[in-house]
This record gives sequence, structure tokens and C-alpha cells, in this order.
Amino acid sequence: MSKSATPTAVRRWKRPEFVGLGALVGAGALLTAIGARWVTGPVALLALALVFASVVWLIFTAVIGGPDARRRIAPYGLLKPGALWLALFYLAPLVTLLRLSLSTLPSRFAVDADFDWNFGNYRRAFADFDAQFGRAFLYAGVATVLTILIGYPLAYVIAFRGGRYRTLMLGLVVVPFFTSYLIRTIAWRSLLADTGWVVQMLDFVKLSGLFEGVGIMDNGRILQTPAAVIGGLTYNFLPFMILPIYVSLEKVDPGLVDAAQDLYSTSAGAFRKIVVPLSLPGVFAGTLLTFIPAAGDFVNAFYLGSPSTTMIGNSIQDQFLVQNNVPLASAMSFVLMAIITILVLIYSRFFGTEDLA
Amino acid sequence: MGETKGRDDVIVLEDVGKSFGDFVAVERADFSIERGEFFAMLGPSGCGKTTTLKMIAGFEQPTRGRVILEGVDVSRTPPYKRNVNTVFQQYALFPHMTVTENIAFGPRSHRVPKETYEPRVREMLEVVRLEEFAARKPSQLSGGQQQRVALARALVNMPSALLLDEPLAALDLKLREAMQLELKRIQREVGITFVFVTHDQGEALTMSDRIAVMSQGRVEQIGSPEQIYHSPASLFVAGFIGSANLLPGEVTAHDGADAVVALASGGTIRARVAAPPAIGERVSVMLRPERLNATTEPASDHRSILGTVKELIFQGASTRLEAELADGTIIVAQMTDAEVPHIRPGSNVHVRWNPGAAFLIEGVPVTAGATNTDIDDVEASL
Repeated sequence: MSKSATPTAVRRWKRPEFVGLGALVGAGALLTAIGARWVTGPVALLALALVFASVVWLIFTAVIGGPDARRRIAPYGLLKPGALWLALFYLAPLVTLLRLSLSTLPSRFAVDADFDWNFGNYRRAFADFDAQFGRAFLYAGVATVLTILIGYPLAYVIAFRGGRYRTLMLGLVVVPFFTSYLIRTIAWRSLLADTGWVVQMLDFVKLSGLFEGVGIMDNGRILQTPAAVIGGLTYNFLPFMILPIYVSLEKVDPGLVDAAQDLYSTSAGAFRKIVVPLSLPGVFAGTLLTFIPAAGDFVNAFYLGSPSTTMIGNSIQDQFLVQNNVPLASAMSFVLMAIITILVLIYSRFFGTEDLA
Repeated sequence: MGETKGRDDVIVLEDVGKSFGDFVAVERADFSIERGEFFAMLGPSGCGKTTTLKMIAGFEQPTRGRVILEGVDVSRTPPYKRNVNTVFQQYALFPHMTVTENIAFGPRSHRVPKETYEPRVREMLEVVRLEEFAARKPSQLSGGQQQRVALARALVNMPSALLLDEPLAALDLKLREAMQLELKRIQREVGITFVFVTHDQGEALTMSDRIAVMSQGRVEQIGSPEQIYHSPASLFVAGFIGSANLLPGEVTAHDGADAVVALASGGTIRARVAAPPAIGERVSVMLRPERLNATTEPASDHRSILGTVKELIFQGASTRLEAELADGTIIVAQMTDAEVPHIRPGSNVHVRWNPGAAFLIEGVPVTAGATNTDIDDVEASL
């Protein structure tokens, strides 16, 4: 920070950080207000003009402020595109959604809901959809555990034994993304269909009984069982678990495993005491990337499940687009968001990564 | 290498060899390391010293011969069952553990009870002078401190031998010199056998009780630093340790401890021998630069050679003289109390030495004269 002869009061007003932060917050708030339609018509135009003015103000301060000011203002300038984008397309809709979730539809066919602090929507979300919420978190939880169980060994082999095939194997992990999520899930439908080869094969080798016993099959079917939905979720989110685990495993120095073995640990001991703790950040990131979208997913339950396996995502979609009960759907979305946030906070408290180097 | 067996040997390598496919990493290692010794394996990279160390640690299995630790054949024993510990080149400290946890790792894997190992961990922290850093993570320590944690982590297990794989290579020069003395002190304090791998001859000379000089998978010589330095067993050892003037010639006579050699560059000199040579054998005479002096008078008893001064460089503590012999061979003298005022470039001088300074080595060098003067040679030798 340069110590110039400028009086303190003047310098404080010209502090580039204040300009940067002011322009950022001001423009963000204005864009949210426009997006949430708090301001309309000419006032909205004025607000938009003010957003532009804040950008100009920021650039102006950077240009006349010299290198020191530019260096201090740069972070705010770099944050601006992302922050404004989120203000307009995330924050503003969120505010709108919150408002809708507290509104009442005058009639079943009305287009616009009236805002009247109607907490009844939340009551209904809990009372009528507890089963769907329960299934969403159960299925997402089981699928997340399965992706860890399948993904960790895979990532381990790629990271430590991949050799020159590493890139190829990583490529193969990503290959499914070249086909649409929807198409892949629909493809599972024909794989698991009653006349599909999976079921027929199981019948042929007489394993149907066993699968029936462990609850994977139901009345000779795989499709439209919870197992099919969990299987679809596991399959679809597996790469999101493998990639972060791979990244954290790849950073583990194999010399550390040698050192652990030198210090009287068996291979299994070295894995448990060195490799696993050092790869936990990857498991943590992978869990978030898998569990959060899986809990809100509706595609797998829609194509692979039955009415008795609907997840909360299906119900929200149904309320929004079929039942046209937008206030209730909004309340359900907020409840889902809140529960996920709480779960993630609890999870990161127990499994947090701040303790790792 | 004709070691006398029957001493208190901690480690015995019996005709050990290691090949990776067609590549022979260690052709033959056959020596033993005594209890409490500071033993160095010295050689240029690729000489097989690290592979030999890994075979002692258990990270590599010998393809031939036996590794015997405390009288037991451990050739096929995995590392975690061997009572030796390694200080790795990059330290390999566990980043998610504190200094204390790192040091306690070995005893805990061994299921040593907490009340037994805790005082030992504290004691080790004291030995390596890191008491106040006990709760830090390795990333919060300097290179030298990390080095000492690695040392403590290995020593706390009271191994039969401590194996050090180029432990000082990652430190800068000043710290390296300080750590050399520190390592020596710690070794004296704990009394554990240290087996030390290095490519730095100065390091090996400073710290070791005995040195095994290795080259291309073979042990060239084993001996005390003085033996290695003053009586190298081969031209490679003479060239690799310190700098040397190597003068080819032919043995004309010998009597027990000395031989008379007619130099290819003209003149006759008397040189100390390790074993009696054959008359007429083609040999080299090694002269260490710092044991040479220059005068205007020849010395008696074939202890000087005549040359022309090419360069005279004052270097503070000493003066470096480069002299050209009759056949153009350059020899170097590093003189501490030279009669420098009488010598000028271009003048003739007698380069002389005290009895015993000239040593006879079998074989003839590729290039005669001073070693390690060409920058490419120096780099190639590292």
C-alpha cells in the first residue's frame, strides 16, 4: 500500500477496494431486483443504466488509479462476470421461487399466484411428500456409497497401476458423456426390460431366486424396482466420483507407501493409514458431486422406476408441469434445498478436509 | 572384496547381484558392514549404490546372492519385516500427520504400547532438536527440519541399521555442510549403524568410517577415507575421489614398498605400491595436487618431475599451478606455501613431493595428467 501525502479522509473514499466491492454489490443487487421483477418499466431501465455505470466506474478507477489501484481492484473486476451472472440467473429466480412458495393459487387453473405468506405449501410439502423425500435421500445415499465402492478401486488402479494406459483409462471413464444422459438412461430400460437379456440370463442361470431374495428383483422383474433406480443413479454418477478420487490419489507420492512399509506397515496398513486419508478430499468432493444431483434427480426414477419408487424430483416436476401447482412445487424445491444443505454441512463437519495438508 | 568375516557384522552382502531384464544394476556386491559403523556407498549415478541400498531395505530383491541382517538371511523378506529403516531422498514424510505422529508411526505399526514409545518419541525430538516443532505438519517445516524429522522417524525404531538414500541432496550447500556434522553427531549419540548412499565424495570423506566406492555395478574399493584417498585401488577411484594427476609409465624396478616407474612423459619417479608390480608392467602414478610443490631445484630420490609453468593462479588459501611436461601432459599443483615469487609462467620448474605422496595404480588412464579439469568431464562424472 503506497503511503502518499493524500489526507486520510480523501484516501479512504478513493480506496479501490471500496470502489470494487461497491460496484460489485451494487450491480449484483440491481440485477437481482430486475430479475426478480421488483422494479419494472422505466425504473428497471434506470437500474440497468446504474449497472452499466458501476462497470464504468470500476474501469475508470482502474485506469486513473495507477498500477497499485489496478492490482487491488482486479479481484473484484474478475469476480464481476460470474457474480452478475449468478445474480441475474440464480439469485433472482431463487427470490422469485421463495416468493412463489409462499403464495396461493386463486383457482386450480389460475396462471398467477397471489403472495400472501402462505406457509401451508411447506406444511403440504412435508405432509404429502415425506415418502418421496425419504426415497430420494435413501436412493441417492445408497447410490453414493455404491459409486465410492466401485469408483475408488477403479481410480486407485488408474492412478497407481495405470502406467502408460492412464490417459486411455481416464478417457474411457469419460466416454459415456459423449452420449446424452437421457439416451443412456433409456438404454438401461431395454437392458433391464423383462424380455431384455439381463433378466433372461438371470433366469437361465437360475440366479433369479437369489436376486429376488436380496431384493434386487421383484416378481421376476428388475425394471421398476428400487434396485433399477439406484443402479441407474450409480451408473450415471460414477464418473463424478471416479474423477475427483483419481485427482487426489494421483497426488499421493508412492514414496510415502514405501516409507510406511519401511516403518513396519503391511501393504494393507500403508493403504489404510496413508493412501486413504490422503485421498479423502477426493472422496469428499466426489460425494458432493454425486449425492446432491442424485437426490434431486428425476430421470432415473422416471424411466427405470415405478409409481412406488418416485423420488422427490419426480414429484416436484409433476407439481410444476402437470398439476400446475407452482407454489407447492416451489415449497418442495426449497425443502429439498434446505435438507441437502443441512446434510452437506453435517457431512463436512465429520468428514471435512481442513485437517489435511 | 576379501573382507575379514567374524567381526560383529550387522549387514553381510554375500555375492549379491541384481539385474532388471538385460540391465545389470549391481554386478557383484560382496562386503559386510560392522555394528556402529558409518558406512558410505559412493559412486556416480547409475553405479548401483541405491539399488544395493534398496536390497538391504527390502524394496528390491537380489537376483543373485544373499542379504544377511543380524545373521539372518532376509533376501526374500518384505521391508516391513526387516529391522532396518530408511531416510528417503525426498524424506517421504506423511503430510497429514504432525511431526510427533510421523515419528510415532513406526512404533505404532509395531504395536509398541503408547507408554513405551511416547518417551522415546520425545527423546528423538530432542536428539534432532525439534522439540518446539512437535505439533507442526511437515509442510510447515524447512528442508533441514524435514530432514531431521525423517531421521528421527527412522531412528526411533532403534533399527539394526539406518539406511540413508542421498539424504542431503535436496538441501542447499550451507545447510548440507551443517547437516553433515549434525548427522555425524547424531550417529555418535545413538550408536546405530548408518549406511549412507551418496554421489558426493566430499560428503563421504567427511562423515564415513568406511567407504565403498562403486562404479557400473561393481565395488571398486572399500576402505577408510584415508585409504580411499591416498591409496586408491583403481584409476576410477583415484579420479572420482578428489582430483589427481595420473601419469602413465612402465615399472622398471621395485623393492617392497616402492617401485620405480619410467614415465611416458619422460623422467623417472619412485612411487608407493599396494602390491608388488611386475617389472615392465604398464601402470599409472597418482599425484594429489595438494601434495605437490614447485621449486627451481629437483628433489632427490626421484621425487620430482620437470615441467614448464603454464598458469599460475592465486586462489587465496592456495595457489594453483598448471605445468606442462615434456610430452605436453598437464599436471596441476595446489600449493599452500609455494616459493611462488621465483616462478613465472613460461619458466621451468621442478614439481616435487614428499616421500610416499606418489602412488602406483594398475592400468593406464585414457587421458594422462590432471583429472577433473574439463567441465564436461566433471559433469559426466556426477
